[in-house]
Amino acid sequence: MLGEGILKGMAETARNFFGSYVDKDRLTTVQYPEERLPQIEATRDFPFLVYDGTDWEQGMRCVSCQICEKECPPKCIYIAKSADKKPDATGKPQFYPARFDIDISVCMSCQICVEVCPFDAIKMDVDFELSTDNRFGGLLLDKKQLSKSNEYYNKIHPTEAAAVDAALADERAKAEAKARQAAEAKAAAAAPVAASVAGETK
Amino acid sequence: MPETIDQIFVLLKHWLMLHVPVALQPLCSAILSVIPVLLVFPLLFAITTVLERKGLGRIQNRYGPNRVGPFGFLQPMADGIKSLTKEDIIPRSADHFVHFLAPVLLVIASFLVYAVLPIGRNMVVANLNAGVLFFFAVGSMVELSVFMAGWSSRSKYSLLGAMRAIAQMISYEMPLVLSSVVVIMAAGTLSTVEIVNMQATYTGIFPHWYVFTPWGFTGFILFMIAATAESNRCPFDMPEGESEIIAGYYIEYSGFKFALFFLGEYLGMFATSAMAITLFLGGWAAPLSVLTWVPSYVWFFAKLLALIFVFIWIRGTLPRLRMDQLMNFAWKFMLPMSLINIVGAGIWHFMPAGFARWLIVSLIIVLSCVLLSRSLRRSKLFHARVYRFAS
Repeated sequence: MLGEGILKGMAETARNFFGSYVDKDRLTTVQYPEERLPQIEATRDFPFLVYDGTDWEQGMRCVSCQICEKECPPKCIYIAKSADKKPDATGKPQFYPARFDIDISVCMSCQICVEVCPFDAIKMDVDFELSTDNRFGGLLLDKKQLSKSNEYYNKIHPTEAAAVDAALADERAKAEAKARQAAEAKAAAAAPVAASVAGETK
Repeated sequence: MPETIDQIFVLLKHWLMLHVPVALQPLCSAILSVIPVLLVFPLLFAITTVLERKGLGRIQNRYGPNRVGPFGFLQPMADGIKSLTKEDIIPRSADHFVHFLAPVLLVIASFLVYAVLPIGRNMVVANLNAGVLFFFAVGSMVELSVFMAGWSSRSKYSLLGAMRAIAQMISYEMPLVLSSVVVIMAAGTLSTVEIVNMQATYTGIFPHWYVFTPWGFTGFILFMIAATAESNRCPFDMPEGESEIIAGYYIEYSGFKFALFFLGEYLGMFATSAMAITLFLGGWAAPLSVLTWVPSYVWFFAKLLALIFVFIWIRGTLPRLRMDQLMNFAWKFMLPMSLINIVGAGIWHFMPAGFARWLIVSLIIVLSCVLLSRSLRRSKLFHARVYRFAS
C-alpha cells in the first residue's frame, strides 16, 4: 500500500543488474561468432563421406551400392557407379562412385542414409556455417567436397567413431583369420597329397 | 582555488564579453549563455540513450549494444547517421504544414524550459522572478505538439495515440504543479535561483534540502511520478506502447523527425528531473557541508545522472499501466495526495520546530496514502445489465 511491491521489484532488478557483472548465470548471452556454445555429440547437419588413411580417392569407404540413394526421402543423393573396381581399405576390389552429389538445399538431415549404409561410408557432419554466394550450384556438394577423413569423424563424433572403428577392425580381423585358416587348410590339403605323391613315387 | 573552478564558466564568459563591442554585448551575452545548454543537453541525451540500452540490457540478463566504439558508447553516432540518411516519408493525406511543425515545436518547447534552471552557482540563463511558473507554462507546449503530431498524420493509430497521450499528460499536469506548490510555499518565491539558494545552507553538516522533510519527500515522490507520466516513460508509456501501437502519435514520422521526437521526449525528461533537483534536492548544493569544494555544476549533473538511472531502473522493473489504471491513479490518488501534502506543509510551517511537527505531518501523509490506495483497490461492483429497448 505504500509501494513496497514496487520496491521489492526494484531490488530484484538491481540484483540482476549488478549480478550480471559478477555472475555468469545472470548474463547468459553467448556472443556469436566470437564465442560459440559447445555442440552435443549427437548433433547432425548434412552428410559427408568417410575415407580411411590419407588418400581421399583411394581410402573412400563408399562402394557405390546406391542403397542410400534409393532410401533418401527427398532424393537429394545422385550416384554414378564406376566402370572399374579398385581395392578398398581391406584389399578387396570394389566398385567406387564416379559421381556422388548431395544437394544440401534439399537434404532434410533425416540420417536415413547413415542408418542404411552397410559400409559405414556416409556419416553426419556438424558444420552449419555453409552459406554461399553461388545461388545455382553453391549448395550442390560433389564427391571431393563431401570427403572427409576418419580422423575428422573421430573428432566430431568420438564415441560413434570409436564404435565404428572397433567394428571395422573386428571384421578385418575375422576376414584375416578366415583367410589364414583357408590358406592353412589349402596347405594342409596340399601337404598329404604331396606326401602321398612322394610316397607313391618312392 | 575551488571557487575559481566552481565559477570557471562564468569567468570565461565575462572574459569573452570583454572582447565584444558594447553595441553587440546584450546579443553576445545571450548567445554565450545559451550555447552551453544547446551543447550539453543533446550530448547528455546521446549518452543517456546508450546508457539506457546497456542498463536495460544488463537488467534483462543480456549485453546492451557493444559493437560500435568501446563498449558500444559510440552507438548514438550510428543512430544519428541512420536517422539522417533515412527517407522522410509523409502520408499523402497528411497536413504537411502541421506535420512539419510538430517536432519543431516539441524541440523548441523542450529547450526553452532550460532557461530557468540553475546549473551551478550564478549559472542560470535567465533569472526570472517567476521561474517556476515559466517552466510549467512552457512545458505545457509539449502537449500541443503531441496533438499536432497525432492529428496531422491522418492515421487512426496516431490519432488514438495522440488522444491517449494528451489525456495522460493533462491529467498529470495537476499533481506535477501541485506538488511543486509546497516548495513555493516553503520558499516564499517563484524564482528557481532563490529556491536553490535557500536550500544551499547547512546545519552542522546536513543540508536544508526540502526532500529531507516529510512534505518535501512526498512532494518529491509525487513530482517524480508525474514527471515520468509527462515524459511518456515506462510505466506510463501507453501512448508510445512500443509493443502495441508501435509508436502511437509519431507512427507516421520517419528519419530525422522521429529522432527529433525522441530528442524532445528525453529533453523533457531531463528538464523535469532538473526541476525536481532544483525544487527538492537542493539544485547545485552539495549534500554535506564538507563537500562544498566540489564544483556546483558537478553536483547538479551528478544528481541529474542519479535521477536518470532511477528512470532507467523503473523502466526495467515495472510493467505498463493500462489507460484506465493510469487515469484513476492520477485523479483518485495523486491529486488528493498532493492536496493533502499542501495541507501538511501548511501545518508544518505554522508549528514550532521539533519532534511534534515531524510526527503529525508524517502521520497525516502516511495515513492518507494508505486510505487512498485502499479505496483505489476496492473492486468494482457489477450490476446486472438492464436493456432498455430489448425486453
